Amino acid sequence: MTKPDSLQFNSNHQLQHLLSIEGLNQALLTEIMDNAESFASLANQPVKKYPILRGKTIVNLFFENSTRTRTTFELAAKRLSADVINMNIATSATSKGESLLDTIRNLEAMHVDMFVIRHALSGAAHFIAQNVAPGISVINAGDGNHAHPTQALLDMFTIRRHKKDFSSLRVAIIGDILHSRVARSQIQALSILGAKEIRVIAPKTLLPVEVTSLGVTVSHNLEEGLQDIDVVIMLRLQKERMSGALLPSESEYFSNFGLTPEKLAIAKPDAIVMHPGPINRGVEIASEVADGPQSVILQQVSYGIAIRMAIMSLIMQASDRQPS
Amino acid sequence: MSTLLITAGRLIDPANNIDQIGDLYIKDHRIISRFNRPSDFSAEHTIDAKDHIVCPGLIDLSAHLREPGQTQKATILSETTAALKSGITTLCCPPDSLPINDTPAVTEFILDKVEHAKAATVLPVGALTQGLEGTKLSAMVALQKAGCIAFSNSQNPIKNTLVLRRSLEYAASHDLCVIIRPEDPWLQNQGCIHEGFQASRFGLQGIPKASEIIAIQQSLTLCELTGCRIHFTQLSCHESVALIKAAKQKKLPVTADVAMHHLFFTESALNTFDSTLHVRPPFRTEYDKQGLIEGLKTGVIDAICSAHQPHDADAKLGAFPSTEPGISALETLLPLVLKLVTEHDLSLSQSIAFITQNAAAILNLKEGNLSIGSIADICIFNPEQRWAVNEQNWLSQGRNTPFWGQTLQGKTTQVIKSGTVITS
Repeated sequence: MTKPDSLQFNSNHQLQHLLSIEGLNQALLTEIMDNAESFASLANQPVKKYPILRGKTIVNLFFENSTRTRTTFELAAKRLSADVINMNIATSATSKGESLLDTIRNLEAMHVDMFVIRHALSGAAHFIAQNVAPGISVINAGDGNHAHPTQALLDMFTIRRHKKDFSSLRVAIIGDILHSRVARSQIQALSILGAKEIRVIAPKTLLPVEVTSLGVTVSHNLEEGLQDIDVVIMLRLQKERMSGALLPSESEYFSNFGLTPEKLAIAKPDAIVMHPGPINRGVEIASEVADGPQSVILQQVSYGIAIRMAIMSLIMQASDRQPS
Repeated sequence: MSTLLITAGRLIDPANNIDQIGDLYIKDHRIISRFNRPSDFSAEHTIDAKDHIVCPGLIDLSAHLREPGQTQKATILSETTAALKSGITTLCCPPDSLPINDTPAVTEFILDKVEHAKAATVLPVGALTQGLEGTKLSAMVALQKAGCIAFSNSQNPIKNTLVLRRSLEYAASHDLCVIIRPEDPWLQNQGCIHEGFQASRFGLQGIPKASEIIAIQQSLTLCELTGCRIHFTQLSCHESVALIKAAKQKKLPVTADVAMHHLFFTESALNTFDSTLHVRPPFRTEYDKQGLIEGLKTGVIDAICSAHQPHDADAKLGAFPSTEPGISALETLLPLVLKLVTEHDLSLSQSIAFITQNAAAILNLKEGNLSIGSIADICIFNPEQRWAVNEQNWLSQGRNTPFWGQTLQGKTTQVIKSGTVITS
């Protein structure tokens, strides 16, 4: 059985699938960010299209709703001249009882080169990568609570644009770590890039039981946790989790873990504030902070296109060079 | 054939404290002598068991057969045949077939199929509550008369403690054994993996150890209240062993088993979202695994079961949480017993007891020994023979084993079922 990290590489040790940050090394993350840098600088030009993926077919296969991720993947693919099909499976074949594998087999028969997949269950992208025909690549656009590697990479790219050197950074990730694929991938990416400290801040109900095994420090108090922090990453709190057995109420959460200007002032003065979106104003973050000078939330979105262009072109080069 | 001689095998019979090379004499389906040839005995058939082990036919306390209702996964014929050829002459099947075994008609249907299969003996376990819904008691006495050996709510723990109490009281009034696979359904919370570092890493819903521990504590308290005989099946936690130990010291009428694969795997094995390792209860930590082995060594855990759960391929194809739990485990039971001996410092006789005599004692079965006068259910195996787990050798309809493609050591060569020789 293939290990998740080895599944991502072809026999030439090139990235064939991007399923998880786990198993990637610092050089590869840096290469992706460097490539994204050149795509980002070209974004302001009048003609934004490059012929790198001309003739390639990419299917955005979304088993879960998404606006930002799907749109930026679509734009990234189109700017690389690929043909893109968006499939919203939440309202499609599987609701008629088709299995995940059958859906993939049918699309394979249409000679697709790459699948970008979002699915509600952890491990779905691995399962598909293990079962697609050779030569087809899979990019994980979020599987359950497991991984969201492209989001983590665009977040690292955003941090690098503002902070340069990871080894001196203390990064706080605040909110629902337990149910967050973004947090898991960010933690792995920050570890690989050598961040000085990764601190997770949340009540115990929103933390995995063995969270420290991921290589983080833990705080249950936002005021304490924000001290000496260079990068503040807020996580979205899903509406259905705001009241019930995980948390008493929105307002109680906001008063304890919501990022207000006063709380942000505890972090380093030049700290940046990030959020993978969509934000819940007044639940995890105050509008003054989300729209304030330290916020880089909208930059994250535009960098998302550059990062996804970099990843798609890297993977497609690998699959083209793969001996048949 | 009315007489059978098994010569020169190493006879291992934990019930009679025998571990010695010698002959076994069978006449009219029964064992009539060990080591000494009866004066008037002439063998119509002889099996040379030199370099082989001759032990009682194995008893499996938990093997799902999937029939009625899920014959795409397995049938009574396929699984009882796989069992018998693997040395298992008697097995208990949990009540969660479709329909559920909560009426004598279902029990009779199962036993009728078993009779036609002419393979392993099946002792059906009846549903403790109707439809396994945990609200109304099933007709336990009628089910017992139809052939049910014990009662269980299987993988559907009873949420309502009053219903659980009444079930145990009712079973106790008729001296029936209740089998509990301990799991608190609230804490189980649709988990699919041990709540540990892998659950944290992969973002999979974990099942905490507390789910099992609380369920055992609850059942033990009600055991004390009702006096019901309880057998705990498929323990997975170190702490569970301590609870059973304390209960036994208090002389509560409790016994326990562990599923064989829990003695060999931990959560660390789940590195790849490999759905063949999706089991319930989940594989836990090395500490838990060692606790279970220690529990066997000290006699706190009485027996080992296969927890056989054959699946069709589709059941295991999908994202990990969407796959069905369970391992097809009949055919690996004996090789893993031998592995237990080499890896965990248990004697062969001790290890065989877990799947013969000790398992029989839990349900007051007369099987599981080579006593004079007993029905000849015998397993003969070559402990050195290696065999590949592949299409050629596998008999169960479910191929969901983590050992697929591997080579295991220890192969059943002949099985005697009620005096009849079956060659594996």
